[in-house]
Amino acid sequence: MFLLLPFDSLIVNLLGISLTVLFTLLLVFIIVPAIFGVSFGIRKLYMKTLLKIFAWATLRMERGAKEKNHQLYKPYTNGIIAKDPTSLEEEIKEIRRSGSSKALDNTLEFELSDIFYFCRKGMETIMDDEVTKRFSAEELESWNLLSRTNYNFQYISLRLTVLWGLGVLIRYCFLLPLRIALAFTGISLLVVGTTVVGYLPNGRLKEFLSKHVHLMCYRICVRALTAIITYHDRKNRPRNGGICVANHTSPIDVIILASDGYYAMVGQVHGGLMGVIQRAMVKACPHVWFERSEVKDRHLVAKRLTEHVQDKSKLPILIFPEGTCINNTSVMMFKKGSFEIGATVYPVAIKYDPQFGDAFWNSSKYGMVTYLLRMMTSWAIVCSVWYLPPMTREKDEDAVQFANRVKSAIARQGGLVDLLWDGGLKREKVKDTFKEEQQKLYSKMIVGNHEDRSRS
Amino acid sequence: MGTRSSHVAIIPDVDDIRRDTGFSQASLLRLYHRFRALDRNKKGYLSRMDLQQIGALAVNPLGDRIIDSFFPHGSQCVDFPGFVRVLAHFRPIENEDPGTRDPKQPEPLNSRMNKLRFAFQLYDLDGDGKISRQEMLQVLRLMVGVQVTEEQLESITDRTVQEADEDGDGAVSFLEFTKSLEKMNIEQKMSIRILK
Repeated sequence: MFLLLPFDSLIVNLLGISLTVLFTLLLVFIIVPAIFGVSFGIRKLYMKTLLKIFAWATLRMERGAKEKNHQLYKPYTNGIIAKDPTSLEEEIKEIRRSGSSKALDNTLEFELSDIFYFCRKGMETIMDDEVTKRFSAEELESWNLLSRTNYNFQYISLRLTVLWGLGVLIRYCFLLPLRIALAFTGISLLVVGTTVVGYLPNGRLKEFLSKHVHLMCYRICVRALTAIITYHDRKNRPRNGGICVANHTSPIDVIILASDGYYAMVGQVHGGLMGVIQRAMVKACPHVWFERSEVKDRHLVAKRLTEHVQDKSKLPILIFPEGTCINNTSVMMFKKGSFEIGATVYPVAIKYDPQFGDAFWNSSKYGMVTYLLRMMTSWAIVCSVWYLPPMTREKDEDAVQFANRVKSAIARQGGLVDLLWDGGLKREKVKDTFKEEQQKLYSKMIVGNHEDRSRS
Repeated sequence: MGTRSSHVAIIPDVDDIRRDTGFSQASLLRLYHRFRALDRNKKGYLSRMDLQQIGALAVNPLGDRIIDSFFPHGSQCVDFPGFVRVLAHFRPIENEDPGTRDPKQPEPLNSRMNKLRFAFQLYDLDGDGKISRQEMLQVLRLMVGVQVTEEQLESITDRTVQEADEDGDGAVSFLEFTKSLEKMNIEQKMSIRILK
């Protein structure tokens, strides 16, 4: 037989023991609490320690920059140019007033100088506009020891580099394998658990088990991402027969909401692993999955959702009306489909703290797998969830107005900017109706006055 | 390391651009990041489509004319120096002592004359140095859309051209344009301040 060196067996033994210890730790500290929904508070302690370290790191960088007499690059989330919030009419009147050599006549028509207003407004949007910056990750004020968020790397001292190296080691060699193991456990338990529950006859037992299997697996997934979630106003949680709407930042939103409540999911049928999960889930309780061809048919979609909502024994539906992922600094136009159904709407606001890990999925930049890896190699995902009081459509409101009302409530609670723009602008051009409104405003100014003059 | 750099060294030919445009290093860096953000497919230059995708620009009645100003002489793409040269027209005029400026050097892009020239070329569609009655009508039509009738628009155009036209050739030259706007505070109305 091969001559084994004496320490080989020792190494194998050590490896075996450490793996067993790791798994026991995993079981005790993570999975068992997940099953029962309790928490040891380990993650909150972890978060506090990290904050202290980040503050120290930013101070060191600022000191390093001062020594070299440079200024640190400070990102601006509010835009890079100074803007005046005056209206079209005010500005044009002011322009005319300042340049007019004639007597101040209010019935002035078109002036050559009117063009300055549109010209400058146009240039301002080229330099900085509200929508383009919503589709890239939010920039941080202080550094969080991740190379992906660093803009000032030439100011890092030796100590800071060592700290960063330590961070890389911890994140990639300790946290990442742990998280992947947890994710794997969570997903397999979900698939197996829901399939098993699916064999039971319909009844109270099946519902009870289904709910707890779902909750348990989502909680394990939450721990797989080291997500530290604070729920507010849990008394407003969605009930059966209602629709839960929330702002959309990433696919993780689903895991975050579903680990605290029992929802029916709505979505398109996928292939691959997602498809396996979807088929298993629907065995235990009724979710609403659409075939690709059915998604285009708006009436069919509305009909199925209405049927689901009218059955009070079925779970509340979870929908993200923005239709696309936004970077969590603003809320964009809500598609009116879910607001036409006539059910009670339970709005939920989700706000992530980007300090510990940016949850925004930039689908034009990263695929799903890269995105998940980035999530699992961040420090943590910290977010706050607010359950807002339920809303229903008023008699004199149409679906669009109702959608905007819900959107404003969510934006206000989450501290996000409320935008009227459509998230689909990421891929398409804006409609001409908006341009017509501007043209109308301007026309009133130059023609309205003309009519007054011709009358007198 | 890092997906962005805060050092101006990432901008190619940064010294030439600074000399041409007069932007500070910090402003150039911000504009460079903006250029990269608009360049969605990472081509290294901007096409008309990239600018048309800015929602707030598409609803501006003069949006297309403004986009045209970035693509002179029929070109289809604009690189970063070209991008910044156009934006430099909108740099606020600083309180420099005119006596100390070297008269041999070309006029800075953000001088009053150059700002006026920029506005003039928004009207002057064919670039022949004169705003004809037809061109004025076309630009006005862009600004009002379908809200105003042809006759009303024609009478407005006639009045405007008549008032500005001094040599009676039925068109507004650049000199006539500047004369009619001589009291205007162009410096303020055509300036955009970049935050430090």
